[in-house]
Amino acid sequence: MTGRIIRITGPVVEADGMRGALMYEVVHVGEDALIGEIIGLSEDVATIQVYEDTTGLAPGEVVERTGAPLTAELGPGLLGMVYDGIQRPLEVIREGMGDFIIRGASFPALDRNRMHAFTPVAEQGAVATPGTVIGTVQEGNFIHSVLVPNGIEGTFVRVADAGDYTITGEIATVLVSDGKEVPVTMLRRWPVRVARPVAEKLKPGAPLITGQRVIDSFFPIVKGGTAAVPGPFGAGKTVVQHQLAKWSDADLIVYVGCGERGNELADVLRQFPALTDPTSGEPLMGRTVLIGNTSNMPVAAREASVYTGITIAEYYRDMGYDVALMADSTSRWAEAMREISGRLEEMPGEHGYPAYLASRLASFYERAGNATVLGSSDRTGSVSVIGAISPPGGDFSEPVTQNTLRVVRVFWALDADLAHERHFPAVNWLTSYSLYPDDVEAWWNEQVGERWGEMRREMMAILQKESELEEIVQLVGPDVLPEDDKLSLHIAEYIRESFLIQSAFDPADTFCAPEKQYMMMQLITDYARYGRVAVANGMLVSAIVALPVAKRLLRLGAVPGAEFRNYFEETLREMKEAFHGSGGGTA
Amino acid sequence: MTSPAREYTSVVRVAGPLMAVSGVGDAAYGEVVEVRLPGGGTRLGEVLESRLDLAIIQVFGGTRDLDTDITSVRFTGVPMRMVVSPEIIGRVFDGSAAPADGGGAVIPGKVMDIAGSAVNPTARAYPEDCIETGISAIDVMNTLVRGQKLPIFSGAGLPHSALAAQIARQARVLRDNEEFALVFGAMGITNEDAQFFLDEFEDTGALGHAVLFINRADDPAIERIITPRLALTAAEYLAFDRGMHVLVILQDMTAYCEALREVSAARDEVPARRGYPGYMYTDLASIFERAGRIYGRKGSITQLPIISMPDDDITHPVPDLTGYITEGQIVLSRDLHRKGIYPPIDVLPSLSRLMSGGIGEGKTREDHSAVSDQLYAAYAKGRRLESLVTVIGDEGLSESDRRYLAFSARFEREFIGQGRAGGRAVEESIDAAWDLLNIFPEEELNRISTDLIEKYRGGAEQ
Repeated sequence: MTGRIIRITGPVVEADGMRGALMYEVVHVGEDALIGEIIGLSEDVATIQVYEDTTGLAPGEVVERTGAPLTAELGPGLLGMVYDGIQRPLEVIREGMGDFIIRGASFPALDRNRMHAFTPVAEQGAVATPGTVIGTVQEGNFIHSVLVPNGIEGTFVRVADAGDYTITGEIATVLVSDGKEVPVTMLRRWPVRVARPVAEKLKPGAPLITGQRVIDSFFPIVKGGTAAVPGPFGAGKTVVQHQLAKWSDADLIVYVGCGERGNELADVLRQFPALTDPTSGEPLMGRTVLIGNTSNMPVAAREASVYTGITIAEYYRDMGYDVALMADSTSRWAEAMREISGRLEEMPGEHGYPAYLASRLASFYERAGNATVLGSSDRTGSVSVIGAISPPGGDFSEPVTQNTLRVVRVFWALDADLAHERHFPAVNWLTSYSLYPDDVEAWWNEQVGERWGEMRREMMAILQKESELEEIVQLVGPDVLPEDDKLSLHIAEYIRESFLIQSAFDPADTFCAPEKQYMMMQLITDYARYGRVAVANGMLVSAIVALPVAKRLLRLGAVPGAEFRNYFEETLREMKEAFHGSGGGTA
Repeated sequence: MTSPAREYTSVVRVAGPLMAVSGVGDAAYGEVVEVRLPGGGTRLGEVLESRLDLAIIQVFGGTRDLDTDITSVRFTGVPMRMVVSPEIIGRVFDGSAAPADGGGAVIPGKVMDIAGSAVNPTARAYPEDCIETGISAIDVMNTLVRGQKLPIFSGAGLPHSALAAQIARQARVLRDNEEFALVFGAMGITNEDAQFFLDEFEDTGALGHAVLFINRADDPAIERIITPRLALTAAEYLAFDRGMHVLVILQDMTAYCEALREVSAARDEVPARRGYPGYMYTDLASIFERAGRIYGRKGSITQLPIISMPDDDITHPVPDLTGYITEGQIVLSRDLHRKGIYPPIDVLPSLSRLMSGGIGEGKTREDHSAVSDQLYAAYAKGRRLESLVTVIGDEGLSESDRRYLAFSARFEREFIGQGRAGGRAVEESIDAAWDLLNIFPEEELNRISTDLIEKYRGGAEQ
């Protein structure tokens, strides 16, 4: 089971004497036993991508096969962990090896000595099929269901009593069809490049509420949905991703920092333990798994990091949780593919990317979804995927953006010009889209208010009108516009400044509950309606702008959620009076 | 990499910056070689690819005068290293770390691998100490923070050198007097530029706490691949071993990328954009990510790389990939430069990603963030109106529009264009900003809360 290195070029190594090795098998390369994966076979020569720095490797050193593909370790204890791209625990590595990452680190992803309090659910003699709950472990604030692993079907001969077990301790024995008794522990291993099976994929369900107005009310995403956030550097991709990780109402978050900045991960590690989940009130870190393969860490592990992340997300989905995965940035993942492909001297497709870029992106996003999971109960769970894209030069026609757009259903286009004006989140309201509004309208009608869809369409129409009018203004100046068009421009400005701009750094504004979003929309659309009637009755837009109540609509976001209903009612009342008093008529 | 040194004379091919040596069975990837020229003298090289029968080597001194007959290659068995000690401070080296100031070799203190190791992300301390540069456009609108990497995007003929030197001269951390050092890594800069920095550092006394690595425009291009790594290794030693706060200026990273492209082309690699290699993002990250702070260690590394944008094109691969790695950028503008404004910083495309952690109450001033946002919004609007006025004239403008135009003009002239002499304290800069914002009625200051407007509007005298 050993071969010999015959060539090293960057992260790619070739070894001979490898006949019989499997495609995508994990190998240990060289004297330091660096972790690598076979990505090509030719006669007895294997091409290997190495997940660590290859400096110092020399031809002639050994390559050991492991017989297994790249797997993720799954079990209680994942939440709150920080892993690298191949699921090595970074905090444990730091304790063991110091502040700098040294090669050949070998630490298990899950602590083998930690005890978990196990409570049995399944009974002796009951049927065991993949996904059947054997028992549960309290993991922080979450109930971690221990499920029968895939490939095991039979009956429980034994289920352990309640008590403390390590993840390798036996908690059940299953009698399978060929008469063998199979011991089951809490530790699972799953090949990261293979999607975990579900019973049935379902249609999209409820919206994934993110507390970000431009997302929830304009371009919503659902639980189990897919979204792409492309934008040039400085447009705020990472802040959008962090905001979603902090505030979205998914049960659990898997955050994959793929080829990005070390300080961004430090920022997450600084903020998340201090912030609390708005729904549960528990520290955010307790519902989060972080995968951090920063840009200066080995490139091949960056390629693996998104798969490691989504495998963990699927694992919790199988227990019936709604999981959201953020991948920042998928462009770095694609570039890692390109780099490896280049070293293999493969014929390149567009922009040097390998020809299989489109299929890899598609099969990754297809692992998202809302599903009935395996097991006898009717549990459902979901994985939502939100991928950031970093297009070179901010040009959305490049291959990663274009191939992603073919598979995702929500597109939040970040815009450099908006970012320059410090309009954040810099989501361009004209080019972005979501294919889910029809799916979530029923939820809003039921949970929040009946006019959501109508107000949303009206506000978007005003913004569309604004962009048309701006073209005229560019040619002839603003003073020749009729009053009703001037009013549209005025309302559009309020929509942009008051509603769409949302400060991630203002504690009152960083998360905006659906109820507050709805009231803000109501204030703006009511103001527009009063204004239109007033203008029809001869009132000048300059007079409307000067009304004291107009000022009350200026800093809506900064009004704390708890006080907002009062503020809303007061403003509505003043608005009514102001327009009646000034002869604006009734609306 | 335990193999002892081995020597071969079996050079089989020399092309561009590369050469191939046959019969080396065990050349380690990344191993350093010493190339002995037929006419005497040695050059350093590094193994880029190793096969059972062949090693491909990039020669940092260039391949001129090499042959396939007498040239001998000694494989050292170690990766590229440099010697560091406290004595490097005040010294000037060439692009390969050989003394260039007439002084002797550095007395060994510690030997460090110049490729560095990635900092474990969990060991990083988040940068949040504001550095006052004395430049309003930076301090108020794109605050530099200790441990940040903030490049200057510039173009040919713009005063980036003067700006970098000014920052090096004026930079200080508020309420802090810790040990400070300057590391300057120059790649392919002209003799005049090099002289400018040397004179500048000498005149201001900065040389006494600086280390310089200079690869000039007429030095071998391929050497530029190691120069920034030498500079950063020195910086890491000073910061993390000696506990100093180090400011690293790297000029010009575009020349570095061109050297990278040259090697890639010589190896017939599949290029990404404009002939630059597909791994350039990863490669640049291995340089820029060597900025930062580490928990439990006193020092820090702040990077100020200078990138010249060919044809002022910010979408060119070098500034583009840089912008995706660094924590913001300071963009210089030819238009402002033509208007005679110094420093000609175009604040709209400029950005400091770490700003929000470094400012505010207890750090700079509570109104800092809101004032900065308001300046951005107002200036962006003013600039939009300016382009409108060039088309339709200013007759149709409202009074409010005219205010924005007047604001923009004064903002460029007074706030950005503060001139070369001296710096402004952060508070002075914020007061100057209020002075300009006073043009607007309160309701147009919609990015600032009413409390702050009440407290600070009208200037500092209240």
